[in-house]
Amino acid sequence: MDAHVSASTSSASVSGAAAAAAAHEDGNMSGASERLERPPRRQKQQRNNYGSSGEGDSPDGAVLTVPSVVIRDSTAGPSRLSGGGAGGSRDGAAGPSQQEIEEEQGLKYGAQHVIKLFVPVSLCMLVVVATINSISFYNSTDVYLLYTPFHELSPEPSVKFWNALANSLILMSVVVLMTILLIVLYKKRCYRVIHGWLILSSFMLLFIFTYLYLEELLRAYNIPMDYPTAVFIMWNFGVAGMMAIHWQGPLRLQQGYLIFVAALMALVFIKYLPEWTAWAVLAAISIWDLVAVLSPRGPLRILVETAQERNEQIFPALIYSSTVIYTFMGTHTPEQPLPTSSSSPSSSNSTETTRTTQNSLPSPDTAPGTSSGSRSGNSRHGQRQQEQNQAAAEGMPLVTFKNNLHGNAEAAGFTQEWSENLSDRVARRQIEVQSTQSTNARRSNEYRTVPAPNQPQMEAQEERGIKLGLGDFIFYSVLVGKASSYGDWTTTIACFVAILIGLCLTLLLLAIWRKALPALPISITFGLIFCFATSAVVKPFMENLSAKQVFI
Amino acid sequence: MTLPEFFGCTLVAFGPPFSLFVFTIANDPVRIIILIAAAFFWLLSLLLSSLLWFAVVPLRDVLAFGVVFSVLFQECFRYIIYRILRSTEQGLHAVAEDTRVTENKHILAYVSGLGFGIISGMFALVNVLADMAGPGTMGLKGGTEIFFITSAAQALAIILLHTFWSIIFFNAFDTNNYGHIAYVVGSHLFVSLLTLLNADALYWATLLPNYIVMILTGVLAFKVAGGSARSAKRFIMCQ
Repeated sequence: MDAHVSASTSSASVSGAAAAAAAHEDGNMSGASERLERPPRRQKQQRNNYGSSGEGDSPDGAVLTVPSVVIRDSTAGPSRLSGGGAGGSRDGAAGPSQQEIEEEQGLKYGAQHVIKLFVPVSLCMLVVVATINSISFYNSTDVYLLYTPFHELSPEPSVKFWNALANSLILMSVVVLMTILLIVLYKKRCYRVIHGWLILSSFMLLFIFTYLYLEELLRAYNIPMDYPTAVFIMWNFGVAGMMAIHWQGPLRLQQGYLIFVAALMALVFIKYLPEWTAWAVLAAISIWDLVAVLSPRGPLRILVETAQERNEQIFPALIYSSTVIYTFMGTHTPEQPLPTSSSSPSSSNSTETTRTTQNSLPSPDTAPGTSSGSRSGNSRHGQRQQEQNQAAAEGMPLVTFKNNLHGNAEAAGFTQEWSENLSDRVARRQIEVQSTQSTNARRSNEYRTVPAPNQPQMEAQEERGIKLGLGDFIFYSVLVGKASSYGDWTTTIACFVAILIGLCLTLLLLAIWRKALPALPISITFGLIFCFATSAVVKPFMENLSAKQVFI
Repeated sequence: MTLPEFFGCTLVAFGPPFSLFVFTIANDPVRIIILIAAAFFWLLSLLLSSLLWFAVVPLRDVLAFGVVFSVLFQECFRYIIYRILRSTEQGLHAVAEDTRVTENKHILAYVSGLGFGIISGMFALVNVLADMAGPGTMGLKGGTEIFFITSAAQALAIILLHTFWSIIFFNAFDTNNYGHIAYVVGSHLFVSLLTLLNADALYWATLLPNYIVMILTGVLAFKVAGGSARSAKRFIMCQ
């Protein structure tokens, strides 16, 4: 047991940092798109991104309906849709203007994506809550993390309070340091180091913590198991997980492993953080999330900026991705021979998608001028533009919609790929730039339905998926799990509903403001409010009622 | 006996709502979101009524006081969610993939009502269910054996009633039918206050009237939603 504990504490440092980094990952993803909307230091055409609802600049319907018009003048592309109209459409004042149609579409797919996030978030919480309620091991804190030197052993609330405050400050500074370290490594292109780090932390989660989990599970249910069987199970589970997360595997499997890893991490936090510290950490991390996303120099935003400049994906071990296929693409353009028929049924096959992208590479000749012209100055811009376009279209940059041609292929180890098709990537980026400009000029989601001038564009839209940082999963689950550890189910349910509503609101605000927002603050705030309010006020009321079987 | 009882009571209370959820709501993201939003509003109403109950210390033991105000708060929040849904209707129309959500106004009412009902039933029952799973069991040392099953049945009645109430309530505000509004508030008060008798173990005195009210409300909701005796017959005959 001692060995376990020491191992777990030491590894928790790494994985905790990774998790914490993950917590901000999504924030940064959104930060990325928000950065796009940041005023205009670099591109003059971005001048009107904030809130100016509608320039009447919309290219007219003729352009919109002509399928293969490629407008190459990137600077002529006026503003994309911006914030104001969504509120209008929501308030029912939706006119038929192009802008509002876009926003409605954004919201429409937003609704789907909200559900696509609800399911995994709920699953993760379910795992944590079920574990907390069935395995008492995770309920009691007897061993502490290195970062929480104050153990809240005093009965005095004031002492506990400053203990919690100090612990959370220490933990947060560790998180910040690790984040900065990650950025520095990424800036210096130390991919091997980062991947080693991530692989190490997921290795620890998948082997050591899972073993601990299995052990406690068996102990809780009093099931005897011999070591060879346990080793066999652990080996298969762990290796499959490593492959699914870091290399390739079915999308569902990967998602399942990521959810499980997040749940394990949440359990680790619940287990090893003293009680008040856990609440303080939850509050602190959501504030940190806010800062990291909304401040112009938010550290992880830099990471994502760099990633976009390099046209890379963020590390797969940190992000839950769900690839969403827009089936309506096929229905609206049935005559269009889709280049990626393979990706429409299940785009989870990474090899196929990469192959198709490579096949379609020769097509940049549709707009060579654009690609070469945009290469130096505009490639970044285009990339960003594209990101923003997407974010705007979907209205949820928090859940970044990667138009990346890799789809989730990147989730299957982008290192090899990255090094192998670097040149491809450059070419592809040019295509993307070109297509982005065209779509931008058309100013709409129409670009989805309009037959694309070149193949990569079609493909790019088919590969779109949602990505949400694992950190959100972790801290949502910590909140719900902590709430359920008090043994009151109404508190748990209240927290669950509050978190989901917070998630909804975050996405809705993003759709309205078109300004990236971090995922944690609203949900965690709601969750904390409802947790404490329910356990303090509602619970006695409901207990009174249900003891007498009074129904309201 | 504990575990079978747990599953039995869970299914009694949440089986019908669960199947309603699966067959009518789970396929449409917009409906799921509205369901959860309705649940959230119910939580807010509960929070307010608990705060009131908590604040008025001398009346804490008089449950009738808390119940009455809780019912009123719930109806207020039902109205609030009605206003919100109606004001976002056009937006919803644009957003919803399945335009039936807005074309048939009763769907919104039904979904939000089910959200109200499910969360209400959960809050009422979930801790009882947790106790039900063991290790103790009811009725060994005094107390009635049917505590659990009546709780579950009552919770089911409340869940369905909330659904019906929302349908009637939304339509009543659409058509300015104040009689229906009064009926909703009144029957809600009646049902909730009647359950005060449960404390004296008068289960049949509460369950029977409540189920009668539920059936009546269901019939009214069916008529409000455009049903008739003939359509009901055709539905049953699967024509």
